[in-house]
Amino acid sequence: MRRFAMIAVPYTWLVALFLIPFLIVFKISLSDAALAIPPYAPTMKDGFTALIQGLDFENFVFLTTDDLYYKAYLSSLKIALISTVLTLLVGYPIAYSMARAPEEWRATLMMLVILPFWTSFLIRVYAWIGILSNEGLLNQLLMWLGVISEPLTILNTNIAVYIGIVYTYLPFMILPIYAALDRMDDSLIEAAEDLGCSRMSAFWLVTVPLSKNGIIAGCFLVFIPALGEFVIPSLLGGSGTLMIGKVLFEEFFNNRDWPVASAVAVILLLILIVPIVLFQRNQQKQAEAEG
Amino acid sequence: MAKPSPDTSIKEFSPWTDPDEKPLIRFKNVTKRFGDFVAIDDLTLDIYTREFFALLGPSGCGKTTMMRMLAGFETVTEGTIELAGQDIAAVPPNQRAVNMMFQSYALFPHLSVYENIAFGLRRDKLPKDKIDARVTEMLKLVRLEKFARRKPHQISGGQRQRVALARSLAKGPKLLLLDEPLGALDKKLRQDTQFELMDIQETTGTTFVIVTHDQEEAMTVASRVAVMDEGRIIQVATPGGIYEGPNSVYVADFIGDVNIITGKAKAAGPDKYFVDWGGNQAPILATSERPFTDGQECHLAIRPEKISITKEKPEEAENAVQGKVLDIAYLGNLSTYHVELPGGQIIKAQTANTRRLSRRNITWEDPVWIRWNATAGVLLAE
Repeated sequence: MRRFAMIAVPYTWLVALFLIPFLIVFKISLSDAALAIPPYAPTMKDGFTALIQGLDFENFVFLTTDDLYYKAYLSSLKIALISTVLTLLVGYPIAYSMARAPEEWRATLMMLVILPFWTSFLIRVYAWIGILSNEGLLNQLLMWLGVISEPLTILNTNIAVYIGIVYTYLPFMILPIYAALDRMDDSLIEAAEDLGCSRMSAFWLVTVPLSKNGIIAGCFLVFIPALGEFVIPSLLGGSGTLMIGKVLFEEFFNNRDWPVASAVAVILLLILIVPIVLFQRNQQKQAEAEG
Repeated sequence: MAKPSPDTSIKEFSPWTDPDEKPLIRFKNVTKRFGDFVAIDDLTLDIYTREFFALLGPSGCGKTTMMRMLAGFETVTEGTIELAGQDIAAVPPNQRAVNMMFQSYALFPHLSVYENIAFGLRRDKLPKDKIDARVTEMLKLVRLEKFARRKPHQISGGQRQRVALARSLAKGPKLLLLDEPLGALDKKLRQDTQFELMDIQETTGTTFVIVTHDQEEAMTVASRVAVMDEGRIIQVATPGGIYEGPNSVYVADFIGDVNIITGKAKAAGPDKYFVDWGGNQAPILATSERPFTDGQECHLAIRPEKISITKEKPEEAENAVQGKVLDIAYLGNLSTYHVELPGGQIIKAQTANTRRLSRRNITWEDPVWIRWNATAGVLLAE
């Protein structure tokens, strides 16, 4: 009985705060837009039978007719994928040097990685506008140094979006990789060198495979939120930046088309389930290997 | 002892006694400092081909540093280390014909037993069939053929130890370094593995240098033992030589159990001395090849098993003292009697329990006589 109570708490939480909201969104995605409050029909006021009869997959069919949506999904996937790779390229060396740093430094370095979370995410993204704009700090610095004569257009392009995503999600990449590297026995590297590896090949043959689980965890932790990212593309991206999170926002607030917005959200969730399941499997396999 | 002692065989293995023999490893006035801390202090040592050489000492004595310098993980501050006549200071660890078996075994957890052993061979870009043949040979040597496909976490501690050994031997190194190789094993398994190590060393003909703090282990496996303390080598000798002829109280005390009697020396004939060790006690007669001047302070080291204990006063004993049994340590096969002498000094005497315990005739508080020969102990200056 006590065990049941223990399990019941998280499950109640999940049902109340995830499953029920999802079912509501799913229900809305099957409704039609209407000039009403709430702006869709049918609702519970129409009675249960009418409610069920009024639901259809019209909105999902609509998503396939307008190529905006599938282009936005593809573009989101592309942006999320590229920024995940970029975050890995930036995050791995940081995690590696943190794990190699003297013991007494590590807590401080860890603190520095987590520190940005103490400030509002929105403000931090706004700060990048100040850095990346044509009159921004970066362009001023480069022109002062004489590297460029014309300001570079970075803000309102995909490059700014990549910078924003890499910056924002970097800690999510660093922490799992650091955890994996920190656990690694240093004598493994010495053993590899002893057996004829150069420093470089010891890194590729031992360090990288042993931090594989950290790399996978970090990549998913970046990829999954980056896919549905809305704030970064709308603040740093331009008109050419097409991301599904932005499309969803526009459907919801600008067009007030809740049913289509909900349909977009349901599809996004289905796309995300694939990497989430893969991620779970990876975690499980890791737990088994260690157990 | 790994090899027969000098007096039982004529063709015994003792290259260190042959002045023409070239050592495989030569430490020449090697000093290693970590900041202000001197880990190795002006150390000179020769190790010969096919030797099973043990570095023995308490933790922090520098034995691991010596091994890591041989492997190439630490640089030498002063002096040179030669391997087969070549100074190896400039040779990085991955190019030394030296392999190391790590204390933690350092097996690659993501690779199978087979791949772990093949790891070093693959780095040499050997053809596939040669690698396969060599790995199979190594697996057979350590009797792990059935476990080739397992991952390190799927085998037992003893098996992991053997994989680590096979991996470090796979490249056929000139020199194999073993850092506390049996430290993680339980006692029974450790004893079996000691003999296995000796067999493997003999089969492969590789020079082994083992680091250990376990004196029994060093005595069992090694052809020669170096006792170290605070970055210096105190004595290098065969296990028998170390045990029977320690050169200092430190070594005598470090290896096995010993009684130390301190007194003043007085000449008593050729190579014979009286040790005056207490006001009303008769002086002890001891032999020593090392000369002592009259009145010089000296320490007589006698192993407990060289002292016999009786209830009656022995006749014609070179040294006999009366005392009282203070304590008896029963070890099963042996018993150690702690005998208190009138001066308050406690001497340990050890006898084999050839009779059953119920028939033992000496018990606590009994007055007893202990005796030993003049040749039983070693007379030490320091």
